[in-house]
Amino acid sequence: MTQSVDLGLPTRLVDVTIDGETVRVPEGATVLDACEAAGLDIPTLCYGDTLTPKNACRVCVVEVEGSRTLVPSCSRQAAEGMVVHTDSERARHSRKLVLELLGSSVDLSTTPRADEWMADYGADPDRFGPRAEPVQAGARDVLHTGHHGEPDGATAATVEQPPKVDNDLYVRDYGKCILCYKCVDACGEQWQNSFAIGVAGRGFDATISTEFAAPLTDSACVYCGNCVEVCPTGALSFKTEFDLREAGEWDESRQTETTTICAFCGVGCNVSLHVQDNEIVKVTSPHDNPVTHGNLCIKGRFGLTHVQVARKERRGREPRED
Amino acid sequence: MDLRFRDAVPTAEERDAVDALLGPPADGWRGGERDAAGLQHARGGHEARDRRDLLLPALHAVQDRLGWISEGALDYICRRLSVPPAEAYGVATFYALLSLRPAPPRAVHVCTDLACRAAGSGDLVAETTRRLGPAGAPVNGATWHESPCLGLCERAPAMFITEAGDSPSAVSAGPVNADEVVRAVRTGAGALEPEAPPAVSVPQAGSEDLVLLRNVGMVDPADLDAYRARGGYTALRRAFDLGPAGVLREINDSGLVGRGGAAFPTGRKWSATAAQPDHPHYLVCNADESEPGTFKDRVLMEGDPYALIESMTIAGYATGCHLGYLYIRGEYPRAEAALLNAMATARERGLLGDNVLGRGYAFDIELRRGAGAYICGEETAIFNSIEGERGEPRSKPPFPVERGLFGKPTVVNNVETLVNVLPIILRGGPAYAAIGTGTSTGTKLFCVSGSVAEPGVYEVPFGATLRELLELAGGVRENLRAVLLGGAAGAFVRPDELDVPLTFEDTRAAGTTLGSGVVLAIDDSTDLPGVLLRIAAFFRDESCGQCVPCRVGTVRQEEALVRLSAANRGAGANGHAAADIALLREVGQAMKDASICGLGQTAWNAVESAIDKLGTFQEGAS
Amino acid sequence: MVLWGSNARDTHPIFFHHVLKAVNSGARMFAVDPRRTSSAKWADRWLGIDVGTDIPLANAVAREIIHAGLANRAFIERATSGYAEFAEAVEPWTLEVAEQVTGVPAELIRELAHAYATAERAQLCWTLGITEHHNATDNVRALINLSLLTGHVGRYGSGLNPLRGQNNVQGGGDMGAIPNRMPGFQDILDADVRAKFEAVYGREIQPRHGKHLTQMLEAMDEGELTCAYIIGENPVQSEADAAHTVKRLSELDHLVVQDIFRTATAELADVVLPATAAWSESEGTVTNSERRVQRVRKALEPPEGARDDIEIICEIARRMGHESWTYASSEEIWDEVRSLAPIFAGMSYKRLEDLHGIQWPCFSEDTLEPPYLHGRLWAEDPADRGAPAPFAALEHRPPVDLLDDDYPLRLTTGRRLDSYNTGVQSGGFSSPLRKGEAVDLSPEDVARLGLNPGERVAVISRRGRVVAPVRVDQALRPGLAFMTMHFPDEVDTNQLTIEATDPISGTAEYKATAIRIERLNGEDAVATEAERPINTEAR
Repeated sequence: MTQSVDLGLPTRLVDVTIDGETVRVPEGATVLDACEAAGLDIPTLCYGDTLTPKNACRVCVVEVEGSRTLVPSCSRQAAEGMVVHTDSERARHSRKLVLELLGSSVDLSTTPRADEWMADYGADPDRFGPRAEPVQAGARDVLHTGHHGEPDGATAATVEQPPKVDNDLYVRDYGKCILCYKCVDACGEQWQNSFAIGVAGRGFDATISTEFAAPLTDSACVYCGNCVEVCPTGALSFKTEFDLREAGEWDESRQTETTTICAFCGVGCNVSLHVQDNEIVKVTSPHDNPVTHGNLCIKGRFGLTHVQVARKERRGREPRED
Repeated sequence: MDLRFRDAVPTAEERDAVDALLGPPADGWRGGERDAAGLQHARGGHEARDRRDLLLPALHAVQDRLGWISEGALDYICRRLSVPPAEAYGVATFYALLSLRPAPPRAVHVCTDLACRAAGSGDLVAETTRRLGPAGAPVNGATWHESPCLGLCERAPAMFITEAGDSPSAVSAGPVNADEVVRAVRTGAGALEPEAPPAVSVPQAGSEDLVLLRNVGMVDPADLDAYRARGGYTALRRAFDLGPAGVLREINDSGLVGRGGAAFPTGRKWSATAAQPDHPHYLVCNADESEPGTFKDRVLMEGDPYALIESMTIAGYATGCHLGYLYIRGEYPRAEAALLNAMATARERGLLGDNVLGRGYAFDIELRRGAGAYICGEETAIFNSIEGERGEPRSKPPFPVERGLFGKPTVVNNVETLVNVLPIILRGGPAYAAIGTGTSTGTKLFCVSGSVAEPGVYEVPFGATLRELLELAGGVRENLRAVLLGGAAGAFVRPDELDVPLTFEDTRAAGTTLGSGVVLAIDDSTDLPGVLLRIAAFFRDESCGQCVPCRVGTVRQEEALVRLSAANRGAGANGHAAADIALLREVGQAMKDASICGLGQTAWNAVESAIDKLGTFQEGAS
Repeated sequence: MVLWGSNARDTHPIFFHHVLKAVNSGARMFAVDPRRTSSAKWADRWLGIDVGTDIPLANAVAREIIHAGLANRAFIERATSGYAEFAEAVEPWTLEVAEQVTGVPAELIRELAHAYATAERAQLCWTLGITEHHNATDNVRALINLSLLTGHVGRYGSGLNPLRGQNNVQGGGDMGAIPNRMPGFQDILDADVRAKFEAVYGREIQPRHGKHLTQMLEAMDEGELTCAYIIGENPVQSEADAAHTVKRLSELDHLVVQDIFRTATAELADVVLPATAAWSESEGTVTNSERRVQRVRKALEPPEGARDDIEIICEIARRMGHESWTYASSEEIWDEVRSLAPIFAGMSYKRLEDLHGIQWPCFSEDTLEPPYLHGRLWAEDPADRGAPAPFAALEHRPPVDLLDDDYPLRLTTGRRLDSYNTGVQSGGFSSPLRKGEAVDLSPEDVARLGLNPGERVAVISRRGRVVAPVRVDQALRPGLAFMTMHFPDEVDTNQLTIEATDPISGTAEYKATAIRIERLNGEDAVATEAERPINTEAR
């Protein structure tokens, strides 16, 4: 379906210097690709391997000689002769500040690696003052663009608010949202083309929102969960995961992940079943799969989880006849 | 697209407002009546989607007619243009002048920004609040708001009144007192004195020395013949004689650099665009003049609109464009009207259209109105805004000359930059380059406001000193505390630095910037921490929200300044001042280094310079 | 991109992502469908044909291509046969005649013809809108004609794309679960093929075709077929004319059903064999719609007592005395398949894993073939080109279930996004999209019949009657109704459908049923949540 045409053109290679080491990467590769080739582990949040880089979070910035400002490694193409410093004082400073600014305004408790990076960069999100109390549900959905009340300086503003639970399949916990745009891009033109959500408002008051902040059940959402697939912080999560976490029973060390093929239509989507205690608790799809690119539809994403429950219930009722 | 709509239904008036802009619906599949003859086929797809750029004009159409945009109206626009409602909502909520919640038809915006603040807008707001209730509260078919800079700084404090309806109106006024604000809120703009003519903003009007401002106050801005009688359109004829390559040569030779703030060589930008093999090319005139303290472009557009139309035509000709977009901020109704009239009359006379001046070159201009978003003046955010997307800056590279508006090679120029093209073509590039200094050529417009006797737009050759400029403006009224150069994104100059020559290179060497030409004089009666707090609040409001350093950094900057200001007033513990200043520096450095665009990169400039050069918040300072 | 009788947006959502990639990169899309489906809404042109008039439309498109001089003469001459007869057959189908018969304006038919013929690359995709008709095979051949006429076949980016409805329907055919082929589509009538299999199987293979599903059901009527072993199929609810199917299965001497659910069919069985879920409780391979063979893996422990299909079948075989039916793993079986079926030869488990599946054919472990079929048609050497692809001269034969005054509405069926077939698999999760089954009608018909949205009505065909709520759907036009078979327990739509089958494929004409709507009295008619309309594009 997506096999590319081999045009027979040789890929040109470019040499870039990363922290003093010369790395050769194919033309078109990003600085981040080059850093990975050099064995470096650059933190990323808004970068998604199935999405066009938005370079919004700026946690992956590096210093490129000749550039006035720091450069987002996830989106900048490596160019011949480019000299990159990933660990300079300037680069580390901005990364640390990005982590602190996010950490002070967003609940990063379910963001993979956030704690590790905070420690690596010596980030202290608490130094902006005590966190402001979470606002009431919906309060951040009706802010007046371009107008905000003057802060009192006593607390650090956050985006924290109660989770939005308006359907049985997935939960939107926007107190954990870093506004990376990945869900919007996955729902929009890059993959799903349902456009159920967009970024609304502006600046710190911007939110991920349906039109007029309508409940998901009244929106264009088709519950493909492709937004959940790309969410880097756990702001979007399966209801099963959300409930298990609430109950304190979510335990990734007890989970297995097995990739198989969806049981529904003939497209052959690869589904990775995350199983805890012989229950499917989450379904993802491999991002490098040529059929799905990490995407599924409602049936593959959620229909399988419940099929198992339904089957158990049905089997429980029926006598075995074998 | 398989769009999904909720149950909201547009009113007849809302539909009418949209249809007046877009024409009647093509068929029942795109918002029209269900048509029995059309139920077995449809034309749609790319065709249906390719006028996304009309989204913002359609939102304006509803806002102008009803005063707010209901869900039914938004849905109807979405049906007509095949835009997903969630996206349209995201676009509409990006702009401060659009309301997605019920609002009365009349809105009065009272400027509280730098110049107006210096001119007493604080008292004005307090008095208005006392008499009408808090900003945002409805008052008898109207409401009032505090506003960022309205670009009327020479007539501070200012206000801007919009009145929705069948014949919507928008009017600027200044200087105003509380009586006038209250009267405007209660009975509308009709109750006010008519706005003074554009020439009041140009104290030098009529002077022989003026180049860019030579027509302001000297011709009727609505009269094409008067413009031509003063030599209008001779530059375009000369440009046609030179040919595109000749025009590019003159521009290159002139040493002209952009006047929007970034000072990029215009000739290089034009040549690079002209050379792009991909077509069409687009021209975008950036008239989204929103830097606090800036009003020069407004004065040019109000006082000499044909000059801009002629300049754009020459720019389009030189760079291979056949369509130019003129993006003007939403708070400039008089300039917009002047330009619309100029475009219409130019079109009638064959100065725009399929065959400009009978010389076989096709060029026309579409005017687009902003809706209250400073960031849309950023050179790539303006593309997104025109295209009907949220006005967020794009990542560069690619640069506009390669991929700009609609993904095509685009040249973006500020109004003032463009009008410089006329003297360059008429006098020749080298002659133009002889004005000013070696690297800052030509004349420059400065927006002088604040504590001076005669605020207004002044035109001086590059190289004049700041002191000379202030003297030209009648001198400083009180004891000068500082001068803010370059606007909210600029930096302060101390009274002992007034001999700095006003050139790009000298101001840079002095640790400040010409920016957009803002010269805001601040006397020692001004609450400087309050000015900084207003700047911080401005950036927090105007950050688009895309990147973390700016989105959250501007919040943390404002919070720290609140603490520092409180401490400064003795209202809070002062012990943490050093820590807060250190915090500001760290946040500021990250904003400067890691933000996507100039907004975040400069959001800390003024605060930094106040701390470093003026000693604000330091021990014993104010 | 032509989507003909396919609502891939809802039925093959991830395939449609690939379509949208192309559309968003500028590809033009045409949709041919009686309903203005969510797929059709993405199209540059939607041709809303009358149900069952696909051949007139295809013939008119062909005629226009020929008359406009857009036929690929070189390809036709080199790689096809039967062109002259075909051209003669389409000649009566002028745009005007086609407009009369299909209901689609001539101008749009012309646009489709020109866009398809002049595109550098063009895909023609279809689903059950083409095949669930009494003349399904002719419908498919009508589309093949168009690809042969324009040379849009056998090249990268151009081709014919029947979208498979089920996750392994292709794999079933691959493995020989069709009446005329051995695994790898090898002809059962070919003695060499049989000999190859016989040598390994140690059994003689009968040199004749078996029966397809419809023939089997008919054979039950005649008493020829008295015992059935049904694996993973729910014919009681999926077959047209459900009452008839129940009767047939009930009258069998012996019925065995092997399934992961206790289906309505299992209710009729003498023996039910509980199986493990093939996609998550067992190991093996499946083949998708693009012929990509992929691995399924065991992720869950099956419920106690449920056994792998392979294990059950082998166990039955052993109890019948075939002790050799033992395999250590699914891989061992797969390797046996690879040794016997050349098109799978290069697909080791390791390679399937490394390459995210492989599209057949794959003849050896160190090669891959192009991702499209029929490239031979473009070969320079006539020997490589092989047998020419035949055009088919086709006649229009309208749907069997005729509309008349008693049954004036045309009911067509399909799937919704969140549901699947008879709902056995998809009914178990709490989909926020699910609004219950309804009979969807055009706003005009709802008004004309004096119905209230949400009101429960009787839907009556010549074969049956069901009760369903009325829902207004702007995607429908007067005279056209739509239902699904997702909720047979509430609304058993297949009580209505006709068992008029295509003689070759055996597929029934689910897409064209003649119905009428009758109002119910009093409480029976109480309104439901179907009250809210769908597809509200018009003002």
